[in-house]
Amino acid sequence: MKPRYEALAQRISARFGDSLSPVESICGELTYELDKQDLPGVARALRNEDDFGFEMLMDACGVDYLAYGQSEWQTEEATSSGFSRASIPKNIVPDADEKFDGRRFAVVYHLLSVSRNYRLRLRVFTGPDNPPIVPSVIEIWNAANWYEREVFDMFGILFEGHPDLRRILTDYGFIGHPFRKDFPLIGNVEVRYDLERGRVAYQPVSIEPRTLVPRVIRDDNRYSGQLKDEQ
Amino acid sequence: MAEIQSFTMNFGPQHPAAHGVLRLVLEMDGEVILHADPHVGLLHRGTEKLAESKPFNQSIGYMDRLDYVSMMCNEHGYVLAIEKLLGIEVPLRAQYIRVMFDEITRLLNHLLWLGAHGLDIGAMTMFIYCFREREDLMDCYEAVSGTRMHATYYRPGGVYRDLPDTMPQHKPNQWRSDKEIARLNRQRTGSLLDFIEDFTDRFPVRVDEYETLLTDNRIWKQRTVNVGVVSPERAMQLGFSGPMLRGSGIEWDVRKKQPYEVYGDMAFDIPVGVNGDCYDRYLVRIEEMRQSNRIIRQCVDWLRKHPGPVMSDNRKVAPPSRVDMKEDMESLIHHFKLFTEGYSVPAGEAYAAVEHPKGEFGIYLVSDGANKPYRVKIRAPGFAHISAMNEMVVGHMLADVVAVIGTQDIVFGEIDR
Repeated sequence: MKPRYEALAQRISARFGDSLSPVESICGELTYELDKQDLPGVARALRNEDDFGFEMLMDACGVDYLAYGQSEWQTEEATSSGFSRASIPKNIVPDADEKFDGRRFAVVYHLLSVSRNYRLRLRVFTGPDNPPIVPSVIEIWNAANWYEREVFDMFGILFEGHPDLRRILTDYGFIGHPFRKDFPLIGNVEVRYDLERGRVAYQPVSIEPRTLVPRVIRDDNRYSGQLKDEQ
Repeated sequence: MAEIQSFTMNFGPQHPAAHGVLRLVLEMDGEVILHADPHVGLLHRGTEKLAESKPFNQSIGYMDRLDYVSMMCNEHGYVLAIEKLLGIEVPLRAQYIRVMFDEITRLLNHLLWLGAHGLDIGAMTMFIYCFREREDLMDCYEAVSGTRMHATYYRPGGVYRDLPDTMPQHKPNQWRSDKEIARLNRQRTGSLLDFIEDFTDRFPVRVDEYETLLTDNRIWKQRTVNVGVVSPERAMQLGFSGPMLRGSGIEWDVRKKQPYEVYGDMAFDIPVGVNGDCYDRYLVRIEEMRQSNRIIRQCVDWLRKHPGPVMSDNRKVAPPSRVDMKEDMESLIHHFKLFTEGYSVPAGEAYAAVEHPKGEFGIYLVSDGANKPYRVKIRAPGFAHISAMNEMVVGHMLADVVAVIGTQDIVFGEIDR
């Protein structure tokens, strides 16, 4: 990490203490995780206090950690047994679940300080609530308006205090939250023109989901820092 | 009978001045806008979700199709994010080529913006003039990648191939006379670098031409001065970037402040506006074209003197040459693995931002160590700009909506993703 950023990290830990917990980064970026109830206070301080001066919210996005670290293709025993066919159905957790894993959904904020030339990333997990909910930062950074609408549309995360939380990118009357990991890539419905009724009609998708290249996680010395050092 | 106070009007989604598929629901009091509600998403393709289902390299082509008038800059953001996570070095020559093509792309984008913005508010000639210059730049794209628009030229580790020694030439055909063809081919006798150098000699004169048409033009000024004024504080609040932020007087350019590739070695200036209206943003973009021309020229001079590799020799990421594959088993295996499975990227997250012609284009990449990204978030500059549409047009006349759409430089490929 660059010395400038180390100085910033020190100022942040001095100001906020334990409410912001730093996340290790492999490319020198500053990331913090915090509880959702601390978010408005921390965000306001980061924006208004001279030590930080994060005037701009460059991006806010959702992440669904449901399938994090799961591969579609196990390669451990492949040498002796040969490879299996790739497409393995994933365990799908329906939205109707009462509670989510507390670390399933996160909202990630990218901040920029124009005056002091810093970038910072904040991550807030939504906790086990269904539907997931976090406080809105629209009062602090007005740019959050559409970003939060997009996160709501794509992940179904609600923002407490947002004045106009409508869907933004999906179709009028769309059902579901397409960027959740349990939403299929091909979707649930397709549209066609119904000749008899003389209008566009929705029907369940008629194509099969398929995997062209399976998802593989490799734990060898090319990728793991620990193994690299041992070499 | 009750008197009608205001009425609602649909602008788009199929309207030539909406720059694509923008549905704008306008609450109007006569000619004056009371409230504007942009409905976006009519071009939503789920690029981010598609990228999650493919090996890293296969999504580069999707990036071209985001902002389809500044293709290589989109690719640049994506490959930078991958390179950041992989921690690989890019050869210096590839960095210069990337910078040169980023600036060519900036010209392409600003020329289309100028032509379309002009056309929208009554300067038809601009459109024809700008497309004349765009044609030459498209030829540069074609010479280097084989396609005029969706190049897929940048790859993690460098660029796909080195600059060609010859330019493709116009062939005799029934639509053009021999004399015309000879004129078109006159600049195309040398290498690509010769062609680009010749372009940079011609281009500043062309920008002067545009300026004589517009800068002091009475109609142009009536349509742009004091329209869509944004104060510097509001511009930052609303997440503006690029010329939209600089037009409001904030000196912020990722190329200067957080340099990537070789922008740190380039000599160029950041133009800044004063009033934050459409006219200032016009002046900023015109000056950016001149500065881009300067950068391209510096790259051409450097590239002439310094031949070398344009792709990393890290075989876990970059494919081996075809010649090596014929003789070397190791290369053959690398090739097979790269083109069937791809490469795995270490677990972690990175945000890479580039100064895209429209503003800050960022890619937030989350990897869990697999050969496909776990999550890709595209931070499109236009998304933040169009979210401020209401604030910029309230109190203006209906015709000014078109001027504001023009000045925001809206392209729906990147907003809807």
